[in-house]
Amino acid sequence: MAIEVRIPTILRTYTDGAKSVTGSGGSLAELIEDLEANHPGIKDRLIEGEDLRRFVNVYVNDEDVRFTGGLETSLSDGDQVTVLPAVAGG
Amino acid sequence: MRFDSLLDSVGGTPLVGLPRLSPSPDVRVWAKLEDRNPTGSIKDRPALRMIEQAEKDGLLRPGCTILEPTSGNTGISLAMAAKLKGYRIVCVMPENTSSERKQLLGMWGAEIVSSPAAGGSNEAVRVAKRLAQEHPDWVMLYQYGNPGNSLSHYEGTGPEILADLPSITHFVAGLGTTGTLMGVSRFFREHKPSVRIVAAEPRYGELVYGLRNLDEGFVPELYDASLIDSRFSVGPRDAVRRVRELLELEGIFAGISTGAILHAALGQAAKAIKAGEPADIAFVVCDGGWKYLSTGAYEGTIDDAEDRLEGQLWA
Repeated sequence: MAIEVRIPTILRTYTDGAKSVTGSGGSLAELIEDLEANHPGIKDRLIEGEDLRRFVNVYVNDEDVRFTGGLETSLSDGDQVTVLPAVAGG
Repeated sequence: MRFDSLLDSVGGTPLVGLPRLSPSPDVRVWAKLEDRNPTGSIKDRPALRMIEQAEKDGLLRPGCTILEPTSGNTGISLAMAAKLKGYRIVCVMPENTSSERKQLLGMWGAEIVSSPAAGGSNEAVRVAKRLAQEHPDWVMLYQYGNPGNSLSHYEGTGPEILADLPSITHFVAGLGTTGTLMGVSRFFREHKPSVRIVAAEPRYGELVYGLRNLDEGFVPELYDASLIDSRFSVGPRDAVRRVRELLELEGIFAGISTGAILHAALGQAAKAIKAGEPADIAFVVCDGGWKYLSTGAYEGTIDDAEDRLEGQLWA
């Protein structure tokens, strides 16, 4: 299963500068484990305890995973995952 | 309609149907035209509410200086009200915002302090907080944490929409300070809890997210995730495509962030069609397109427009 993951500038130190990487997993939690195996250290930047870090937003096909089951959000082949830092508006 | 002054005319905006963009007679999309406010944006509501509360609380007295971090619209609204009420105003604005916004702020008499482009509004908030420490006598209304911001929508925007559209099923708005969504949601949770609250969040180019580390991110103090049912990230390409459709099909000339909100609204409409359920979806037109003409979003191909918006704070 191939899932494209877009990596924000500040996390590219873990992906050798790559803007996007490919991972696999049936859920977001599994995908992050898979990313960690290939890009050691990245998991700790995304997750704190049992949850996503407060200032990290993750979207599956543009929808925020905090409203679709969090780390248990299911993934399927061809999904696109985007990781972004939280920013202000207004 | 007659009002005693411009400030008294804030709110009471029209809700208009979009017969061409609505997918069926049972699944309808409605635009709340917030560009019809005195300075042309939804921010007149929270700006006036925050100022009046600060006056009531004795924080603001004639001759006081107001300080606010803003990417534009809130500053413009505050500057208009400050001019009429006799306050000096200093706005901290990221340098990668459209030139029209700076010109308008200047016209209404605001002094502008520029914050670095990298980091976007996060940086503006940081610079404003520093200025507030250096000038303890200045009054920072702080739209990201001021309850008056969301209250203006709880008391105004929400009730207006329910009165005009009692059959409403979805409310869709942009996520910036989160004030609109928080206030309107709180109102519907109390008065019609079946209404789904949908957030559209603009996704900018990389420069805007150029933070040094993830712990420097920002979530507005007003934000309460339990008041939102789903949240979508919308990039400049979809925002530009939708804002052009809105003009082409329905004649409405809106700002770019409205395109992002319309994109999320039409996503909900498509879901309702798929599920075979009727829906009445109200979304917010935050402002008109005038302030964004210089961004190039309205001319040439969508590819061109997308390129030109790279690195800009377009919402």
